[in-house]
Amino acid sequence: MAFFTLVLILVSALWIYAMRRQPERDNAGRQEKAWIIGGGIILPSVSILVLLLVSIPVGNLMSTLPTAADDALQIRVTAHQWWWQIDYPGGDAENTLATSQNIVHMPADVPVHLYLTSADVIHSFWVPRLAGKLDMIPGRINELQIQADEPGIYRGVCAEFCGLAHASMRFEVHVHSREDFARWLADAQRQQSGNAQSRAEDMEDIPGE
Amino acid sequence: MNKVPTDNAQQPRGTGQADAELRLRQVWANLPGWGALAAVNHSTVGLRFMLTGAGFFLVGGLLAMLMRSQLALPGNTLLNAAQYNQIFTMHGTVMMFLFAIPVLEGMAIYMIPKMIGARDLLFPRLSAFGYYCYLFGGLIVLSSLFAGVAPDTGWFMYTPLSDAEYSPGPGPDFWLLGITFVEISAMSAGVELTVSILRSRAPGMTLKSMPILAWYILAVALMIIFGFPPLILASVMLEIERASGMPFFSVAGGSDPLLWQHLFWLFGHPEVYIIFLPAAGVVSTLIPVFAQRPLVGYGWLIFSLVLIGFISFALWVHHMFTVGIPPLAQAFFSISSMLIAIPTGIQLFVWLATLWNGRVVFALPMLWIFGFLVIFVCGGLTGVMLALVPFNWQVHDTHFVVAHMHYVLVGGMFFPMIAGLYYWLPHFSGRMPSETLGRWAFWLVFIGFNMTFLLMHLTGLLGMPRRVFTYETGMGWDWLNLLSSVGGFVLAAGVAMIIVDVTVHFRYGRRVSRNPWNAGTLEWALPMPPATYNFVSIPAISNRYPLWHDGALPVSIEAGDHMLPDASHGRRETLCTAAMSGAVRSVIHLPGNSWLPLWAALALAALCIALLASMYWLSLAVAVIAAVWLLRWSWVNGLHKDAAPYADDEASAQLPLHSRTADGPGVWGMVITLMANATFFLSLLFGWFYLRVVSPQHIVSEGARVDMPLLLFGGVLLTLASGLYRNTMARVREEKGTALLRRLLLVLLFGLLHNVALGWVMVTSTLQMFVLTHDALIMFLLMYLSFHSLLCWLLTVLQVLRVRLGYVSAKLPYELVVLNPMWTYSTVVYWAGLAAFFAMPLVWPAS
Repeated sequence: MAFFTLVLILVSALWIYAMRRQPERDNAGRQEKAWIIGGGIILPSVSILVLLLVSIPVGNLMSTLPTAADDALQIRVTAHQWWWQIDYPGGDAENTLATSQNIVHMPADVPVHLYLTSADVIHSFWVPRLAGKLDMIPGRINELQIQADEPGIYRGVCAEFCGLAHASMRFEVHVHSREDFARWLADAQRQQSGNAQSRAEDMEDIPGE
Repeated sequence: MNKVPTDNAQQPRGTGQADAELRLRQVWANLPGWGALAAVNHSTVGLRFMLTGAGFFLVGGLLAMLMRSQLALPGNTLLNAAQYNQIFTMHGTVMMFLFAIPVLEGMAIYMIPKMIGARDLLFPRLSAFGYYCYLFGGLIVLSSLFAGVAPDTGWFMYTPLSDAEYSPGPGPDFWLLGITFVEISAMSAGVELTVSILRSRAPGMTLKSMPILAWYILAVALMIIFGFPPLILASVMLEIERASGMPFFSVAGGSDPLLWQHLFWLFGHPEVYIIFLPAAGVVSTLIPVFAQRPLVGYGWLIFSLVLIGFISFALWVHHMFTVGIPPLAQAFFSISSMLIAIPTGIQLFVWLATLWNGRVVFALPMLWIFGFLVIFVCGGLTGVMLALVPFNWQVHDTHFVVAHMHYVLVGGMFFPMIAGLYYWLPHFSGRMPSETLGRWAFWLVFIGFNMTFLLMHLTGLLGMPRRVFTYETGMGWDWLNLLSSVGGFVLAAGVAMIIVDVTVHFRYGRRVSRNPWNAGTLEWALPMPPATYNFVSIPAISNRYPLWHDGALPVSIEAGDHMLPDASHGRRETLCTAAMSGAVRSVIHLPGNSWLPLWAALALAALCIALLASMYWLSLAVAVIAAVWLLRWSWVNGLHKDAAPYADDEASAQLPLHSRTADGPGVWGMVITLMANATFFLSLLFGWFYLRVVSPQHIVSEGARVDMPLLLFGGVLLTLASGLYRNTMARVREEKGTALLRRLLLVLLFGLLHNVALGWVMVTSTLQMFVLTHDALIMFLLMYLSFHSLLCWLLTVLQVLRVRLGYVSAKLPYELVVLNPMWTYSTVVYWAGLAAFFAMPLVWPAS
């Protein structure tokens, strides 16, 4: 950021100076070429090179999944207009043990592998404190790996405009300690397997807000 | 070269020249009263474009004020979500499609002929037609706002949110139909400006001695030609899907929502440069004037223009970094997004270097250019930040991007445009605007703008998403939003002051004599305001700054010392020159006032409205009416027999009229239009291959669903027809053989059989076009091919009639030659389409 501000101030200052200064007529041509090549080609090229050298490793670090999906906890998140359906563990629909709405429960200190998709229009999954955003696209499954070091509540929003109630399409990530999460999952499993038959119908009735 | 002896030049000056000017004025005058609607003159049309654009700008600005009022306080209830969604969608749509592009087109349409020494653009009726398409299309889009059914899915119309299932209301239809209608004007301006810049420059004006603005506009015109067709294709397909259910984008049919995004941004990113480059051209024009020395690095600028032109088509995916694309693609588009900094950097330092050794006059336009520099550089730098993929994942779709985009677009387009407005204002009015009001306006806009958008960067970094109609308190966004809103109103006050200044100056501005800024380019050689025919006589130009080179040029132009100094024949004329060297080739006689553009555009507007109302039978009828008006237009297209009767002694005349040649601007116009058309076709192929290769769940229909042998036979017939047409044109060029009529009739016969065969294939096909994307695309291809074959055939029928009536002959071959590339094109796309859609799957089955 400081670098960008510096460039901005430098360019503006140069411009003002160029406008104020009294020209000298000799060796004007050589000076001009130096300006164009130096400022127009070398300066941006070097800046871009530096930026890429910094950003490519960072990007790789963020985009390559540090753990294989099998070794991580798998959760499937399906976006609907305008709520979130979370299935644990969510590699595929048959494996679903429990389901929650609008709250992602996960353990701390464990890599969590998310399968993101949408049941209707395009949404985007974004928990600013845990990861960058990734779109949820009908017909596609995007994979994202997150890990929270501290238990707590993390806020998330839908980051792709998805219609009328887009502004209120929020969710929370509840990060538990490992023991708490195991307990929560067991509870939820017990509750939901009891009324598994009516569950599908319940899902339809969840209000949009 | 400079002074062609003509009857008129040999007469003594004085009465003879006054008469000549009177005749010019009569020939070039717009019709009085309502007849003004039939005007085709580029000055009139250009001004209309700019004024209409200014009107739409105020509407867009008003919408922005509404949004800022809503967001000023957390939990505000001034607007509800439904209203807010319509308003932000329309704000983007109006500013992009109805303000930025048309205003810059208007500027180019008004300015380019005056700068390159032409009397008008080469297809004047097309300018007028483009204007009416823009006006009617814009009004149709806007009307939805007043009816409360405006599109509310964002100006980018992402599917499936915008499809019939999730947007059952008419909003997206208004957008798709209205904006496609408006795009006709962009396409026609693109074609017309390209051909005019290449073929109607002053004698001797080589490409390297063109004013720099002409280079910029040429680059932009070509970018329009290659940039708009993907969006037009996507809009047409989505509208067909919404209206009829052919599943071009639907996941259920085997398509992919990302197909829309690819096609949209394939247009959307070049679009940003289409908006920025004309404004940068204004900067490159003004800086030498206020530095009072020629532009340094003219060649460097052209180099950077070419670079930008190419790179801007390799950037589109950077709008899609968060959709989950492979890392390699992300790296590629990240690097190319950063590379654009190099040509932009070159431009910046060319301007700096020019100022460096100049004695700068710090007049009002320079103040705006300074504002441009600060804001645009800032926007460019945040752009480089956004090109960093990891950073992008965090701030994508937050207010940070809103801030970045406004820095680039307002800084890159609005500020230079206002600089240009103040610079050329005396050219319109002969008066100077008020320096005091102008400076106040500048500082209000500058401070208001930065207050609004500089702070918005922070709001975005604090995590506030875009496109939310409200937010909760306590996120740290409250005071930032309030200040942004206040800044927005300061900005609006500044805009109001500009409007007051410009309005008032027409009455109270200080009168100035010609060329008040001591500029060097040709448009300042004209009296202020200029006559509709621009130049009394057209001078030879060999210098980039003709007025600095020859101070007496304005006088000699008006004295009729140069070419075409009279209009005693009653024709509107300008010179046709060679594309590279600017050597004079022929005299173009241009069409005058015409009602046809208005009628044709009105019919198309009625078609739009009928489609919006889902009255398909009515729309079919209106479409026929529109086609009849357009064919009528092509029929009266220079009734050369009447307008310029063929005289026996013509062969000896020094300069032929363009209708006697086979190298007129029409062929160029046709070829450029076909380049746009080819881009449309390639976008269709892109969609076809994209779904086959990349889409996760494309469904391919099995077995032959069309009559393949008949399709191939139809292709042979088409090849025969176009081959024969081509051969006939070659014979006309070589002036041998006279069996023109018989040959054309044979072409018609082959063409007819081909159309019947193709029609039969379509009728008998068993395509599941309402179920599968795969089959819907095949049907779309067949319709596209059939449209071209039919059009070629119909236009050839008209030519046969014209040959019989003597409008067209081997000696007046102009229009026949224009049709030639179209026949060839239709044949090429026929075989290319068959190869991609039918042959390729045989050798490369879908996985």
